[in-house]
Amino acid sequence: MIDLARRAIEAALGAGASDAEAYASEDRGREVRVHGGEVESLTAATKRGVGIRAWIGTRTGYAYDTDLSSAGIAALSARAVEAARVADEDEFVGPPVPVRLMDPGGSKGAPELSDPSVAAWSTADVADLALAVERAALAADERVVAIEQAVYADSAETVAIASSTGIDGEYESSSCYAYVQALAEGEGSRETGFGFDLERGPGSLDPKAIGVEGAERAASMVGAGKPASRSCPVVLDPTVAASFVAIVGRGLAASTIQRGRSPFAGRLGTAVASLALVLHDDGLDAAGPASAPFDGEGVARRRTTLIEGGTLRAFLYDTYTARREGTDSTGSAARSGYRSQPSVGPSNLVVATGELSFDELLGEAGDGVFVTDVAGLHSGVNPVSGVFSVGASGRAIRRGELAEPLREFTIASDLLSMLGAVRACGAEPRWVPFGAPVSTPPLLIAEMTVAGS
Amino acid sequence: MGASPGDSLLETDVAARALSRALAHGGDFAEVFAERTAGLTMAIDESRVESVQAGGGEGAGVRVVSGGTTYFAHVDGLDPADLERAASEAAAALRSGEAAPKQLKRVESTPHLIERPPEQVPTERKADLLRVLDERGRAAGAEIAQFTASYAEIRRQVVVANSDGLFTGDDRTRVRIGAQAVARREDAVETGAETLGGHRGFELFEDDPGEIAESAARKALVLLDAGPAPAGSTTVVVGGGFGGVLFHEMTGHGLEADHVQKGASVYAGRLGERVAEPLLTAYDDGRMPGEWGSDAIDDEGTPTQRTMLIEEGRLASFLYDRLTAGRDGVPSTGNGRRESFRHLPVPRMTNTYIAPGDVAPEAMIADVERGFYAASFGGGQVDPATGDFVFGVSEGYLIEAGKVTRPCRGATLVGNCLDALVAIDAVGDDFEMKTGVCGKAGQKVPVGTGQGHVRIKALTVGGTEV
Repeated sequence: MIDLARRAIEAALGAGASDAEAYASEDRGREVRVHGGEVESLTAATKRGVGIRAWIGTRTGYAYDTDLSSAGIAALSARAVEAARVADEDEFVGPPVPVRLMDPGGSKGAPELSDPSVAAWSTADVADLALAVERAALAADERVVAIEQAVYADSAETVAIASSTGIDGEYESSSCYAYVQALAEGEGSRETGFGFDLERGPGSLDPKAIGVEGAERAASMVGAGKPASRSCPVVLDPTVAASFVAIVGRGLAASTIQRGRSPFAGRLGTAVASLALVLHDDGLDAAGPASAPFDGEGVARRRTTLIEGGTLRAFLYDTYTARREGTDSTGSAARSGYRSQPSVGPSNLVVATGELSFDELLGEAGDGVFVTDVAGLHSGVNPVSGVFSVGASGRAIRRGELAEPLREFTIASDLLSMLGAVRACGAEPRWVPFGAPVSTPPLLIAEMTVAGS
Repeated sequence: MGASPGDSLLETDVAARALSRALAHGGDFAEVFAERTAGLTMAIDESRVESVQAGGGEGAGVRVVSGGTTYFAHVDGLDPADLERAASEAAAALRSGEAAPKQLKRVESTPHLIERPPEQVPTERKADLLRVLDERGRAAGAEIAQFTASYAEIRRQVVVANSDGLFTGDDRTRVRIGAQAVARREDAVETGAETLGGHRGFELFEDDPGEIAESAARKALVLLDAGPAPAGSTTVVVGGGFGGVLFHEMTGHGLEADHVQKGASVYAGRLGERVAEPLLTAYDDGRMPGEWGSDAIDDEGTPTQRTMLIEEGRLASFLYDRLTAGRDGVPSTGNGRRESFRHLPVPRMTNTYIAPGDVAPEAMIADVERGFYAASFGGGQVDPATGDFVFGVSEGYLIEAGKVTRPCRGATLVGNCLDALVAIDAVGDDFEMKTGVCGKAGQKVPVGTGQGHVRIKALTVGGTEV
């Protein structure tokens, strides 16, 4: 891969670029979907391609393709250069330069990203794992009447980045996940529940735990009604908390800050959260799905403290946004493959754990709502103002204990008010991959508007 | 005009060899889906044209269906060796005797007419289009603090060859522009967005593309005067056009046959039953000329068609791809769609709409003593198994004494589709189609949504004003 990237740079320079960067990747993956004790579909995937960023002075353009022949790379280079010619000049645009961090990962160093079990487990092995997830969900609760689907997927990827300014690196990584969607019925209602886990290899997945989670989430919702509309304490399940943390993380990207499109713009060094909430971006976390030695433009990943002591400590930068402020990149160029050019975004967001067990969080809440699911985040959150109203389901909390299931209601607030109202963080964190990878415990929010009947 | 699919993309003999190899270890059905894409996207931000990106690629997906199991493999690249490898991988887990595909027979299709292929329009002209949008958006009001716009074009050439002997293809070009405005007044920050797109060429932008910039800016400016949205159950009037996303989410997804056959749809077993008032009739139509969700054929080679979903309140049809149609013993409705060769086809909507009714929008609102007017949505989501849905309202107003009054920020509509569909008590005589991108099973496809104004007797509005 790195040789391909190096060749692509040469081609782009030959096509008239003043500087060039190439991102090449190759990815082998598989997916198994099971239903009713049978394999429904089995997919084998091979993906490979290259993307070239070309600079002509202070203009830049991007092109990508799957044709890796010499002729293909030459045509691709010409397209990248042409794209750069169309872009307007921007004095801060320019290629990243290599940065060597003295101590990138602190004492822990860069983590191991490849798990040998991805290669070692046969297709039959991983199909059995998916079937075991389905069986576990069906067996966990008699109210579970069907499994919509159980899925296992994995991939092993090689990524290489090279640039005319001396960036030159390659790494391998693997990942896998399994999930189940269970259906439960009773009391005239039908409910769905989602169970999942993600790891670097199938050997670390626990099919029973995934199945049981899906079953319990579905069964616990049977007979759900609407809560009364009111303002009350809310406990967010880690899956729900993670969705909001991911939105916060995107709002801390310097690109949205500099362009005035974030509720956090102009708030560096000011109080943005309660003392209970501590948030890091950690591109080197040992278990983090987005961990890598370098970011999407070859700059070293690292750990950045975002919110601590209630104060906004830092924003996330790539090379371009850092130059606009005369600062350094935080290694936060996000990239979802050769078909995307880099943009500023979080790597792994990590919410520091607190001291309260889940039961103690409920006790602190007293009377309120435990939210286990939210829907409509992509339309219900205004990322510029931070105002949100999203669909939700969960359980009532009465006298500090879980009570009847609740559905068809909304929770509404704005991001800054919500962060300010975090009264406590739970002690048990979990990785959640929705939006951006987030590790978070359950969170107790002192007050939120709940709209139901 | 007939298409000559595949002449440059995939030769029939290469396809035939791949199909033979796919069935080498048995199987009831095999298919090769080959695709070449070429696209261009760019944006304007801070009045600078940036993020210019030319993307291309080609690849193929090969599937073998054996009993209830689908074996699928996809590769980047369309060399005969790439196809053979995908076919071998798809067949790898099968253990039966060889099956033989039928001889391929070319079936012509009629791709939608593209008057001005965007790849023939100079790139600089597209950058100029963005500059026009930027100028119009920023000129819409002194309180417009930020404005961005985007341009996207994509051409997808596809070929489908299967073991039943079908060899066909399509040549699809789509263009879309979007505008996003941010308005600011002291501490208040509001956003507005608008899009224009179609299964069309650059001719779509000949009339007045700058209008969408003004529309996005107007939405943001209106919201500067917004108060909090009410919280609780009330009468809701939904605006035309993108309001159709309500029907798409509430009902359309529950009619997709894969959900139905797994019992994961509230509409399972209800064909012919009353699910709405007789004033409601709705369609899915993949043939609408130039519409965003249209194609000549679906991604399994079945010609697209118009399917009546609800006929005067009664459930009339589900939406099928080949596999689900086979299980129900009915023909495919031409709804087997896939995001790309990297995905398996599943039943998907194309352009879905509620047919116009006979009530003027003003009259519909005049009857409401107290309610909520959802003029447009940011998007929505449904769980087809339970029917629970949620919609984010991007432009909403109070209705007081039969009149639309103050704008509201941050409203969401939640409910259950069976209840909400029955609660529709008026359908407007106006009509508009809008573009959307629909996500399902990890795949995004372009869909059209449409309707006139629609009134729902009672629905929960999730705001902050208790």
